[in-house]
Amino acid sequence: MYHEDTIAAISTPPGEGGIGIVRVSGPDVPELAAQLIRLSGSGGLQSHRFSYGTLVDPATGDVVDEVMAVLMRAPRSYTREDLLEIQCHGGYLLVQRVLETVLRQGVRLAEPGEFTKRAFLNGRIDLVQAEAVIDLIRGKSDAALALAQHQREGLLSGKLEEIRSRLAFARALVEAHIDFPEDDIDSASMKQIRVAVASALTDVSLLLDGFSAGRVLREGVSVLIAGKPNVGKSSLLNTLLREKRAIVTAIPGTTRDLIEEIVNIKGLPVRLVDTAGIRETSDPVEWEGVRLARERLATADLVLFLLDGSRDWDEDDELIRGELTGRPCIVLRNKADLPQASSCTVTMDTLADLRISTRTGEGVDELLNAIHRIFIGGEAIDSREYVALSRVRHRDALQECCSRLEQFLQNVDSGGELELLAIDLRDALSSLGKVTGETTTDEVLDLIFSSFCIGK
Amino acid sequence: MHYYEKQYDVIVVGAGHAGCEAALAAARMGCSALLLTINLDAVALMSCNPAIGGLAKGHLVREIDALGGEMGKNIDATGIQFRILNTRKGPAVRASRAQADKQQYRLRMKTVLERQPNLDLKQGEVTALVVEQGVVTGVETKVGLRFSGATVVITTGTFMRGLIHVGLTNYPGGRAGDLPSIGLSDQLRDLGFRVGRLKTGTPARLDGSSINFSLLEPQQGDDPPAPFSFSNRVIEQSQVPCHIAYTNERSHDIIRAGLDRSPLYSGIIQGVGPRYCPSIEDKVVRFPEKIRHQSFIEPEGRDTVEVYPSGLSTSLPVDVQIAFYRSIVGLERVEIMRPAYAIEYDYVDPIQIHASLETKLIANLYHAGQINGTSGYEEAAGQGLMAGINAALRSRGREPLVLRRDEAYIGVMIDDLVTLGTTEPYRMFTSRAEYRLLLREDNADLRLREHGHRVGLLAEKEYEEFMVKQEHIATELARLKSTKILPSDISPATVEAYGLHDLQNAVTFEELLRRPEVTYEDLARIDPDFAGVPREVREQAEIQVKYRGYIERQQLEVERSIKMEGTKLPVEIDYDAISGLTGEVREKLKVHRPDTLGQAGRIPGMTPAALAVISLTLKARGGA
Repeated sequence: MYHEDTIAAISTPPGEGGIGIVRVSGPDVPELAAQLIRLSGSGGLQSHRFSYGTLVDPATGDVVDEVMAVLMRAPRSYTREDLLEIQCHGGYLLVQRVLETVLRQGVRLAEPGEFTKRAFLNGRIDLVQAEAVIDLIRGKSDAALALAQHQREGLLSGKLEEIRSRLAFARALVEAHIDFPEDDIDSASMKQIRVAVASALTDVSLLLDGFSAGRVLREGVSVLIAGKPNVGKSSLLNTLLREKRAIVTAIPGTTRDLIEEIVNIKGLPVRLVDTAGIRETSDPVEWEGVRLARERLATADLVLFLLDGSRDWDEDDELIRGELTGRPCIVLRNKADLPQASSCTVTMDTLADLRISTRTGEGVDELLNAIHRIFIGGEAIDSREYVALSRVRHRDALQECCSRLEQFLQNVDSGGELELLAIDLRDALSSLGKVTGETTTDEVLDLIFSSFCIGK
Repeated sequence: MHYYEKQYDVIVVGAGHAGCEAALAAARMGCSALLLTINLDAVALMSCNPAIGGLAKGHLVREIDALGGEMGKNIDATGIQFRILNTRKGPAVRASRAQADKQQYRLRMKTVLERQPNLDLKQGEVTALVVEQGVVTGVETKVGLRFSGATVVITTGTFMRGLIHVGLTNYPGGRAGDLPSIGLSDQLRDLGFRVGRLKTGTPARLDGSSINFSLLEPQQGDDPPAPFSFSNRVIEQSQVPCHIAYTNERSHDIIRAGLDRSPLYSGIIQGVGPRYCPSIEDKVVRFPEKIRHQSFIEPEGRDTVEVYPSGLSTSLPVDVQIAFYRSIVGLERVEIMRPAYAIEYDYVDPIQIHASLETKLIANLYHAGQINGTSGYEEAAGQGLMAGINAALRSRGREPLVLRRDEAYIGVMIDDLVTLGTTEPYRMFTSRAEYRLLLREDNADLRLREHGHRVGLLAEKEYEEFMVKQEHIATELARLKSTKILPSDISPATVEAYGLHDLQNAVTFEELLRRPEVTYEDLARIDPDFAGVPREVREQAEIQVKYRGYIERQQLEVERSIKMEGTKLPVEIDYDAISGLTGEVREKLKVHRPDTLGQAGRIPGMTPAALAVISLTLKARGGA
């Protein structure tokens, strides 16, 4: 066998299907099956027999869902490894929860196309199919990459990058005192480094809190509606809610100027945020609303830039356009049912440029399709899983980072050797690197050389 | 052209720190070897500071020694001050450093070379390689002699098109007082190698009798001094001190006033210098807020007045140098014996060589040392040793020895060079090693003796001693695990001394030793059976027990990466023919032509998807 660890993934397309399937493959499968699946009858799962039972979280004893499970013992399975398929009720959240329960047992989330890859490497698929496997992996990875990139531009990026650079600097300080003991550099201020790391840990923990899988899944991706006053932002929100008639929850605006609603667009939970109209203002109350709106612009996963197609482009539109530079956005020209103003042209990078009428409902389907396509990647590719899954990866990475930083602080407090402190920081950075990109040795050396006068 | 009658297995060009190790390794492995140098009186000459070792460099020396190289033994025999650095920062970042008697160092190395069977040592400037259909078959010297050899190792140091700068004056030279090597780099260019330019520098050598040492702070060596070589137990010779001096604001003003005549700041020097070893003018310009810079005044030998002021290299004109050095407290009347200078030289982009150090363009040709863009005696020696070993193995039709990143700093260094290339002189730092805790000075023998023995380099006696030590460590670890003691059997004084109040049940000695405050000596105090264990065995047992958690974590990471390291990428692989690679990745693979999948993964910009595609393509084609 080529691989020896156990992997799992959702193998049905997400959405509101009748059933969802979680597939688990690897050497730990028989043991996992016994732990996770409680059968109604006596005896354990038999190979290649469907069994009815419940999926139980071994840690709490809680029943997660009623399931049909089938265990396929090696080599008679898709991957030629021991393989378990858990069929649970469909639905975005539920399948996720089943997967998460499996992952918590020390199972690794499968890489893109990894089941197929294993099937190939274990000789299940013949050589002729190799190219197809390659294309599949590439397709999936690219989709995942594109999505990760997309998320990186969103909420996480700024904050994480800032934490990363703080930790990189802390590591550079530690490394400088290891690698240049004979250079005349200021003595290691462990206190200073400790403070820096402790504050980074607090920030990572905060991010992690807001990251707990349940909350991420409940909240979905955030789509922000922005525009100057009176272009129809609230109408758009209402239209979208009415059209879908699928409100999951209604969260009261965190301030009276922000309204958040969750809609389910073809199985994808989307958090719609309506903001105050953005314009220059001297009214302090309105100004606060505008400030909030601008702040949220920077962190939304997608912005719907709403224009009044019947009015001329003006300086308020221009102001918003400036704010949106480099942000993923869709331009929406509302009031398509009215005569269109010719000067309402806009030159900016957009993911789509649509005409819409919140009054007649014209263009609403196109908008929903566009949102879905942007996040899900359209077509039949099951890269869909990555919306949530890449977040699971991110969360795992942050958790790992947290525990390394905790270890670091513990080591500092017990007078641990500098070398071990360096390992803790290195490991914390490399966990973070799964989300932000690696911190290379060269970067650390650059920091050292630019901060200290090295050279004997 | 006269054809010399002998047919060598390995010809080594250059007798610096790389060349000496290469030639000795080949000859010791039973190959007939030839070592050619421009100047026989400059064999193993320390062109810059009179010291061996330091952070990561000391590690390299221990590794060279573990494999069967000479550097460790040479410094043990000729060192005049020995110190262990970083004693309190953790086991893996402890490093040995020694001051050398520069002349003794080179003379001893020359004697070792002269006495080595199978090795011819000759003076001669190599002006051209003999290349037939992409394979090197020998070298030609300036005086019209052609030597033929199955393999050739070139270690040109700073000599290829060397250009020496002192102020705005410059002249061709390989080192102050030596001729440059002309012609070779042109030929390498013609053969298709990408040749670049680097720069380095060295401080003036000062007359110690004109220095008032009573105004400087002395720094003594360790007592007792610890040897570098695993084969040596003690250092017999006496030690001499170094002294610490500091520059001041006036020194910096002198430097600033001279900058208009600096070849560095006037743009005359094109080569890239090392950031970790900047000249004093660089330090003054880049860190204007620093009011003083430190310098160790290091003796150049036991029987000479010459001293080396570390950290004060410069390429400013001589008159500025004189004023500058004399501005330092204690050096008011100092006489310069040899002026400081900068030197530019040619190097060959190391991504054009395999991890065996054989070039990708010309078979049987190996590059080692500064020609690969490194700086430092130890870095050079490490590469020289590997090039010598691999040239010898090639001449015997055997597979090359490539050390992995988790096995040795030598492995980290060579992998960095051949995978990433370098645009500034490359120096080893411990932070370059991702498995630093595994790559300690103390366990270099445990990591590498076996390799040295397998390739036939290590002397049989040394290998036997190593086997005994290894056995002893295993026994000792087992004994720690199996020896138990009841809390009631521990004397109250000991309980008090080590804070063992929390002990309830019987504990093993291993568990006791894992406590940060308990040392091996303490165990011996509790149970006299543990006294009398040799130091190097005690050290291993203690480190392996105390740092087990971290060590195991790193070992786990190594295991994960090893599969990729073992997957070789065939030389003839056609990246254009692999569908599913993005254009960018394809270009990178074509430029770097990695030897293994692991190496491919370290090329910047490589994606996991691309690696999966390559590995699947290989599997599909090989049917493996």
